[in-house]
Amino acid sequence: MTARRAPIGVGRTPIPLRALYLGILALLYLPILILFVFSFNAGTTLSFPLSGFTLDWYAAVVGNAPLLNAARNSLVVAVGSASAATLIGCLVAVAVLRFDFRGRRLLLAMAGLPLVVPFVVMGVAFFLLFVALDLPRSLLTVAVGHSVIAIPYATLIVLARLGGLDPALEDAAMDLGATYPATLRRVVLPLMGPSLLSAWLTCFIVSFDEIALAIFLVGGDPTFPVFLYGQLRFAQRLPILLAMAVLLMVGTVALTLIALHLRGRDR
Amino acid sequence: MLGRRGTLKFLAVPAFAWLVLFFFVPLVLIAVFSLREGSGVVAPDAPWSPSLEQYGEVLGTPAFMRLLGVSVLMALVIAGCATLLAFPVAYFLTFRAGSRAPLYLTLLLVPFAVSYLLRVMAWKLMLGPEGGINSGLLALGLTDEPIGLLLYSRPAVIITLVYVWVPFATLPIYAAMQRIDRAHLEAAADLGAPPWARFWRVTVPLTLPGAIATFFMVFIPTVGEYVTPSLVGGSDGIMYGNIIQGFFTRSANWPVGSAMAMIMLALTLSVVIVGVRLGGLRRLTA
Repeated sequence: MTARRAPIGVGRTPIPLRALYLGILALLYLPILILFVFSFNAGTTLSFPLSGFTLDWYAAVVGNAPLLNAARNSLVVAVGSASAATLIGCLVAVAVLRFDFRGRRLLLAMAGLPLVVPFVVMGVAFFLLFVALDLPRSLLTVAVGHSVIAIPYATLIVLARLGGLDPALEDAAMDLGATYPATLRRVVLPLMGPSLLSAWLTCFIVSFDEIALAIFLVGGDPTFPVFLYGQLRFAQRLPILLAMAVLLMVGTVALTLIALHLRGRDR
Repeated sequence: MLGRRGTLKFLAVPAFAWLVLFFFVPLVLIAVFSLREGSGVVAPDAPWSPSLEQYGEVLGTPAFMRLLGVSVLMALVIAGCATLLAFPVAYFLTFRAGSRAPLYLTLLLVPFAVSYLLRVMAWKLMLGPEGGINSGLLALGLTDEPIGLLLYSRPAVIITLVYVWVPFATLPIYAAMQRIDRAHLEAAADLGAPPWARFWRVTVPLTLPGAIATFFMVFIPTVGEYVTPSLVGGSDGIMYGNIIQGFFTRSANWPVGSAMAMIMLALTLSVVIVGVRLGGLRRLTA
């Protein structure tokens, strides 16, 4: 008689895996919890013990024009760069998966390469490009920079989805008399919908949170992370920033959950 | 009527144009500026002849080279720690979490959605002289005065960056583990392999490409960091990237800054080529 064997993958491990996971999770959430708590704290110094509950910081956010302006700037930049990156990602994905042409591998490599260049180098590169083009730095230059660093993410997400679509669907549409652009618009695009939105949201989040590149590219009108970076040295303004951060956190988490949900549905 | 081939140029040409103009040309411009003589702010249209003067200056300044070495070392440590922490987490998600794995994965990724600067700032609150850790120690009577070493040091930069990267580092390893065919593990078990042998001789080799991808995907952004060191590193914790950034802002010196950026680019690309050779990044670029 053989001993009953435990199912594969279940058994004792030298490392308590669940405890490790929970420990890392706790470490990940602890600082965020601290940010959250201090956004409701009455005192301006960020130290324990707490000095009472207040919603003043949240009220102050509404009256703080530069803060709201910076957040609005980031929104504009993120929408613009995410749209451009998703469009380019789509073009690359369709060209690479549905056509065989000279430069196919080069196009794919170029769409992926921004991922392997450190942001400080990309920052210098864009800085010099806009100097050479004699284009003053502005939100537009930030958006162009962000579109490039987001292209690898958009391309990978769209490629994964398009790779799972049967090309026979397109052949069928064309056999029935559709032109190829019409096939892309009326057959491929609707099937790609969720992955396009997921790619767009991923690029949006990449841009909205980006600072290392933005510092090189921003003009007088800052994006939110650049504004935040400038304000961090003034201790008494920190609680207002925390309140704004909590509001943004809620928005970003909602967007992330939507993006993850859409990507999950694609599988 | 537009056929398939006719459509291709409307797809490939704009994509190529965007990437050439906004990715390839800017990188070439760094090379061009790094070959110019002189210092300070340089007019792009001024006459010039190529020279390796700037590279001589960068390579001949021991402080720069030492900082480059320290930055590479820090990035290796950070990428190594993040990969080592992410591996058991990915193993837990794949082999232990069962049907709740998607939930556990989402929980891990939610903090990644919170502004990078704010997560770094939260660590500053925790590590600072009036921060969470010191307040706790003082309240418990474990120490009489705040411990100063926690903030504005290289260890602070390393801790903060490992913290920032661990959730992201889990993804490629998790993806690789999910692709492991359970039949391989069952076959190993049927042939008499004990659990440790199944782990070391089946799971680890099959997960290695994902782990290598993780390592490089943390190493590359980390080696060029300058924002995090400027927030939690203080004057002792700066990295090579801080010097580059300085040459394009406070102490404007574009040619020398460009040469430093070229050296960093060359170093990163050679690391990537090693990574591709090891098999880790091939899936991303081909």
